[in-house]
Amino acid sequence: MFQPRSIQSSFSFKDKIMMMDFTLILSILILGILSMFAMYSTDGGKFDYHTKSHIVRFCVFFLMFFVVSFFQIRFWYQTSTILYISFFLLLLGVKYFGLTSSGSQRWLNFYFMNLQPSELMKIGLILFLAKYYHRISTQDVNRIKFLFLPIAALVAPVLLVIAQPDLGTSILIAIGGITVSWLAGVRVKFFAYAGILFLSLTPIAISFLKPYQKSRILTFLNPDRDPLGAGYQIIQSKIAIGSGGLFGKGFLNGSQSYLDYLPEKHTDFIFTLFSEEFGFIGSIFILLLYSLIIHRLVAIGNVTRSSFGKLYCFSFATAFFVYVSVNMGMVLGLLPIVGAPLPIMSYGGSSMMAIMLGLGIAMSCKIYKDTPVN
Amino acid sequence: MINFGSGHTVIKSKLISRRMFILNVAKATVFFGIFGRLISLQINEANKYKTLSDKNRFREWKLAPQRGIIRDYFNKEIASNEKVYQLHITPENSPNLETLFFRLKNILNLSNKRIFYLKRKIAKQKPWEPIIVSDNLSWSEFSRINLFLHELPGVEPIVSVARLYPDQSSAHLVGYVSQVSQKDLQKKQYLKDMSVGIAVGKTGLENRLDRDIIGEVGFQRYEVNAFGKRIKQIQVDPGKAGSNYRTTIDIEVQKFTSEILKDKAASVCVMDIYNGDIISMVSSPSYNPNSFVHGIDKKYWNELISNEKKPLTNKAIAGLYPPGSTIKTIVALSALENDVWNPKKYINCNGLTELYGEKFHCWKKKGHGPMNMRSAIQRSCDVYFYEVARLLGVDRLSETAKKFGLGKKVLDGFIEERSGVVPNTAWKRKFIGKNWYLGETLHSGIGQGYFQSTPLQLCLMTAQLANGGFEIKPRVLVNNKKNRLKDYIDFKNKNPNDPLPIDMLVANFDLKPLFRNQENINFVKDAMFAATNEPGGTSYRSRLNDKNFMFAGKTGSSQVKRFTELQRELEVKQDDIIYKDRDHALFIAFAPFSDPKYAISVVVEHGGSGSSSAAPIAKKVIKKVLERDKIREEFNNLTSEEI
Repeated sequence: MFQPRSIQSSFSFKDKIMMMDFTLILSILILGILSMFAMYSTDGGKFDYHTKSHIVRFCVFFLMFFVVSFFQIRFWYQTSTILYISFFLLLLGVKYFGLTSSGSQRWLNFYFMNLQPSELMKIGLILFLAKYYHRISTQDVNRIKFLFLPIAALVAPVLLVIAQPDLGTSILIAIGGITVSWLAGVRVKFFAYAGILFLSLTPIAISFLKPYQKSRILTFLNPDRDPLGAGYQIIQSKIAIGSGGLFGKGFLNGSQSYLDYLPEKHTDFIFTLFSEEFGFIGSIFILLLYSLIIHRLVAIGNVTRSSFGKLYCFSFATAFFVYVSVNMGMVLGLLPIVGAPLPIMSYGGSSMMAIMLGLGIAMSCKIYKDTPVN
Repeated sequence: MINFGSGHTVIKSKLISRRMFILNVAKATVFFGIFGRLISLQINEANKYKTLSDKNRFREWKLAPQRGIIRDYFNKEIASNEKVYQLHITPENSPNLETLFFRLKNILNLSNKRIFYLKRKIAKQKPWEPIIVSDNLSWSEFSRINLFLHELPGVEPIVSVARLYPDQSSAHLVGYVSQVSQKDLQKKQYLKDMSVGIAVGKTGLENRLDRDIIGEVGFQRYEVNAFGKRIKQIQVDPGKAGSNYRTTIDIEVQKFTSEILKDKAASVCVMDIYNGDIISMVSSPSYNPNSFVHGIDKKYWNELISNEKKPLTNKAIAGLYPPGSTIKTIVALSALENDVWNPKKYINCNGLTELYGEKFHCWKKKGHGPMNMRSAIQRSCDVYFYEVARLLGVDRLSETAKKFGLGKKVLDGFIEERSGVVPNTAWKRKFIGKNWYLGETLHSGIGQGYFQSTPLQLCLMTAQLANGGFEIKPRVLVNNKKNRLKDYIDFKNKNPNDPLPIDMLVANFDLKPLFRNQENINFVKDAMFAATNEPGGTSYRSRLNDKNFMFAGKTGSSQVKRFTELQRELEVKQDDIIYKDRDHALFIAFAPFSDPKYAISVVVEHGGSGSSSAAPIAKKVIKKVLERDKIREEFNNLTSEEI
């Protein structure tokens, strides 16, 4: 049609670079560097396994972020269905060939890395639904027959992830999907129906929960219930953050993490460690960086012309926001411990990969903001 | 197409942006919530969490302080410390306590009961707190443990110190330490901060001085990780060893006396009559105080408590005996002080007196014949003193007796000390609820009836008579304040009418005369001299002729069981009745007579008569004490100069 294909192709490498959102890149870079220091601290002030591996991953996936952003947004639009399906197949693969660690089956062994497809699915579902709602008209959005596919696309991977079992990631995947639907204009009443249905199914769901998951929820409601058992993580995390005070205990001086009182300090509790060592000032700085990233993502969504781009950027920004706030809420004792990594900061290849992929696609929206997707 | 498309897109974009706005508000709210939470945790409650974090981080292990040493007057140790080998377990370092105990049981011969006790104790305390499995291992056990140490995780062989009592002669005075009991914890608040396994003083000086002699507990503070492993030492406070004490006791005299008293149920007290220093306080039979330090063996314990001679009782302060005829000194003094009696008054003793039809016997069946007060004391005539007491009355007698130290505790802080009884009419009404009978006054006049006193009280009474009637305070701990009483008395003797020199006026000693007329005191002293050094005196056979050792004393025999008329008729000898019913033999004395320095009291339980069994002991001890007097004096000057 009238699509000025030639215009897109005429983007030189330099043009592409110039079109990028430097605030976003800088924020990611700063967070990445801070995360390296934090990881160095978790290794007890040694340049050890976690630190090295984290640096390598950050570098590789930061590079991937650029590569992804250089692809035209149309490419991502076109491949989103394929991506979703392949991520779904990987999830299925986990069910049959996955590695089991500490009671849950989440990983696939790819020699160079252990991939956690549920992390990728966070992005895959957003892409898939963004494309789906881009294609149907505003009027069709609320027609029942157009609701089946998104519900199925959301519920299927979520169920697979719950079965791993990984409650935290499944909730995060679902939130991503729900956000796209909400932005696309699905009526509030449908969310209400879904909510009522969910609540009525909760008692049944609870009976399927593993004992440790039940105890986590009970523990969240009352952390002192079992201070040496399930409540231990929340209590120790609060102690670490609180004892950091205004200025923190200083780099490499976080006694809570240094002396192993802090659980999962590389992954879910990395913010706790940072907060203990750098105090309120450091925590606020991190919070500001995340706010800035979310703000830039929303800003990209605002300048992107295509509905796909808008839906994607807004949804990803919201999902990103949810990842951050769930993790922080968790370590601050505001939410139950569900096992959600902090984007960019936490140790973990799949999470880093998924976040960089998501950010890359958003950056692609920025570069090709004026380019229609179809 | 494009227009339509773009128009459609615009509507869609508006919808998306509108809904996004709602989400953005939600995001801001949530981030604001997180911000607020950070403020609350890191600013408002930071101190609380800092404390909690330190609680996590630091752990303290207490260090037992070393107990102070008790020495005798010449700085010889009478309660010291020795190296002991102990076995501790830190439960958290042991992967499997069951197997550990099983192994230890084979190596150390632990009883099942002990293991059960240890397990219960482990369950009660924190897993990093060590528990003492055995506090006194033999060298062979200790080396066996060290041999198997690599197979026994959690076990720590420790070289520690424990109490050691070099000899048994002062066991009662010094007392002993043992493990802390529930009762100790309630009574002694300071034990709450003490480390596990510390020994606490149970009796005697060990109990009295416990607070200061136990020392201050130290601690080691370590930074530990979440698994309890010590990462680094943060702070060490070695604590403070307990204070050392020097006593007035002469260990040589103690040993000497204790050897004499061997196998007897008896006690001896020797006191400096001017400053109240207790030179010797021996109770016999003794026990091995070391056996309590690591928990007493059941067999030995049973042996001690079933022994009818009561080795665990400190008879010198906890043994109560009627003073018998030794009280006659006080009866005479009281009668003279109260002007109820002329000492020259003669009474004819025919062995018996009667009051309201009740017979009161003299110990000498045939009677003493005519007696004045001096000879009545010399020969200990009961009939004479029945009459003195009858005229004196029990209330005036009790007043004098109390003034001279009977009927009240005379040492500070010895829980085992008893106060005894000085009866009077008010006392009987209060404690027995009956009126006083005159006949009881007569019994009191010869130190029988309700009268009860400890040997130390009798010694104090004698000392206060001997020093010319001045109050002194008995003491077992050395006080380096120079004693002024002796100087004062010397000065007064030499220049009775001169005012006191200025340095003596300045010296602040509480000089409290117990007499109205010192002549009366001197009269009693002279009568006591007669009792020992003039033929016919009750302790004449035990006299010492050397002028330097010559002493004056008064015998006493106190009835445990009343003689029946039949026994009296048959002239039953003390040796012929069963041990438990024999009289207690008593003797009080001061020496040397010319310039008195020491007072002594000897009580031999069921020893028969004072003159036959108590006085000979006193004779030997007095000789020993006076022989060592010069050494003591020199040592005193030596140490006083240092101060």
